Amino acid sequence: MHNVVCIKQVPDIANVRIDPKSNTLMREGIPSTTNPFDLYALEAALNLRDEHGGKVTVITMGPPQAEQVLRAAVAMGADEVLLLSDRAFAGADTLATSFVLARAIEKLEPRPELVFTGKQAVDGDTGQVGPGIARRLDWTQLTYAYRIGKSSKGKIEVERLLENGRELLTAELPAVVSVVKDLNAPRLPSLRGLRRSRKIEIPVWGNNELGLDPEEVGLAGSPTQVVKITTPTSELGDGELTEAPPKEAATLLAKWLDDNKVLQS
Amino acid sequence: MAYLRISERLCIGCTECITVCPFAALEMDGDVAKVNDLCTDCGACVESCPVEAIVLDRPESSGGMELDDYRGVWVAVEHFDGEVSHVSLELLGKGRELANELEVPLSALLLSNTSDGLVDDLFAHGADNVHLVENPLFDHYNTDGYVKSAAEIIEKYKPEVILFGATNNGRDFAGALATRLGTGLTADCTGLSIDREHRRLLQTRPAFGGNIMATIICPKHRPQMATVRAKVFPAPEPTKRKGKLIKSETTLIKDDLRTFLREFIATEAGFNIADAKIIVSGGRGVGKPEKFKIIYDLAEALGGAVGASRAAVDAEWIDYPHQVGQTGRTVRPKLYIACGISGAIQHLAGMKTAEYIVAINKDASAPIFDYAHFGIVGDLHEVIPELIRQLK
Repeated sequence: MHNVVCIKQVPDIANVRIDPKSNTLMREGIPSTTNPFDLYALEAALNLRDEHGGKVTVITMGPPQAEQVLRAAVAMGADEVLLLSDRAFAGADTLATSFVLARAIEKLEPRPELVFTGKQAVDGDTGQVGPGIARRLDWTQLTYAYRIGKSSKGKIEVERLLENGRELLTAELPAVVSVVKDLNAPRLPSLRGLRRSRKIEIPVWGNNELGLDPEEVGLAGSPTQVVKITTPTSELGDGELTEAPPKEAATLLAKWLDDNKVLQS
Repeated sequence: MAYLRISERLCIGCTECITVCPFAALEMDGDVAKVNDLCTDCGACVESCPVEAIVLDRPESSGGMELDDYRGVWVAVEHFDGEVSHVSLELLGKGRELANELEVPLSALLLSNTSDGLVDDLFAHGADNVHLVENPLFDHYNTDGYVKSAAEIIEKYKPEVILFGATNNGRDFAGALATRLGTGLTADCTGLSIDREHRRLLQTRPAFGGNIMATIICPKHRPQMATVRAKVFPAPEPTKRKGKLIKSETTLIKDDLRTFLREFIATEAGFNIADAKIIVSGGRGVGKPEKFKIIYDLAEALGGAVGASRAAVDAEWIDYPHQVGQTGRTVRPKLYIACGISGAIQHLAGMKTAEYIVAINKDASAPIFDYAHFGIVGDLHEVIPELIRQLK
């Protein structure tokens, strides 16, 4: 079984700070990392490989430094990796991104059966690339996957997470599966994996290799555009603050709730 | 960055652009500003330059769609068990505003195996038209069926805007449909408005973990699609109005479906934190799993639900359905009490639109106090028992 995992290098959101004086992002050395949800996707693919055999190929579309996340994937146990990188791919929204990824997947050998992605990337937060790839490949689409298991030939069993419950589905392969977190525990890199990750040569495909219409990739292929960026200013309220001892503080709060009729329906 | 140019001649070295750039893509090179590889051509710097030294020559995505052929604001309706989902009603409210600005009708798109009760509810909440496709294969949401039929109807009636609830199924649907139609989709919008001159939908959403707000347009493609989370916009009051029901057929057949629902398992009956009017949340400050009980006690005293920050859920003090925040649930209760929660951007994103926010935290500099209407600097383990006593 050949499983593919699409991952993304993202800014380490947890460590981003706002400079309180200028109200802008503090930019010095924002570290980059693998999108956290993608680790669960990679683990899901590695699990299937460990149980049923086959190989796992990890791909990413990004600038040259995105090779770091591919090396991290090798350290975790990915068999092969591929970097899709080209100036022409830059500035892509989700439509243009899923296009490049899908076309690359079509060129992989042997023909993959499953593509895994994380639920969403923590910078864009759209969750749209997984469905986009499924549509482009015309494969079965399965989002918010919480459990994945093999079924009869050509099918998989998937549990999808919804707001009010879970769906147990049987789905036809080939399929694109976007996974939520906590469906597994991503493994730590192995010593062997780390050694391999340092030595491996990362293949890079640009538009020369993919031969895509330049109007359909990158900024040119993106129907959506950002026209303005602002830092959210004060929704900062003029709240009341007390440092009184617990009993007095509780009294003040109870009075405040009463004065504002907060607890009345 | 291929398309951004800074004129060395015009640049006066004021560094405004450097301050505004969210991606650290601009820096000083001697006396003038220079753009580096981190640039994403977002254009935020262009407006900031007082001498118009920055030019962004975006290649126009061709689109190839005749924009004027597209008219109308639609809401793709989500429904479950014979009821319209609340988020769809909220979107009808917002959709009405947008439709009025564009001077076009507001329509609801309903794919269902039965329309009993649903259609009237859509009219009552403001839909001028309901586009109905009734088919037994729509007894529950499925990607293949919904995308195929919706695409048929959209290509026939050509709406200029379609709104979707940003639920799991809503995002599954919108993501696939936008790709199928070759158009733009913006996820999790917190603001929607109209640029009348260009008949464009202005879509505002948080990005970069909520540290910035981006406004996005889809200038050359139609329909313009957006997903919106529940509780971002209020639902309109229902009226007795009626509208026009437009039924359509679909070429969808059973063989088109590649997923088969074997079973649906509902979550713990009735618990949906987003429905609660009062929420008491615990965070890292609670300290130990057994101490989380105090949050439950306060919630019970107030008749509210229990929430948690991501830290508490990650530490396994409480389950994920209780998590409030960017990767959890967005809530808009009347009262939100944050206990031992510092107020990270991602948590705030899930609760800052609550009507009354109270925070209890030992750290006076915790960001949560910037958003709290009433804050107590203190130990929650001492304050909460006192509060419970007072409430009795």
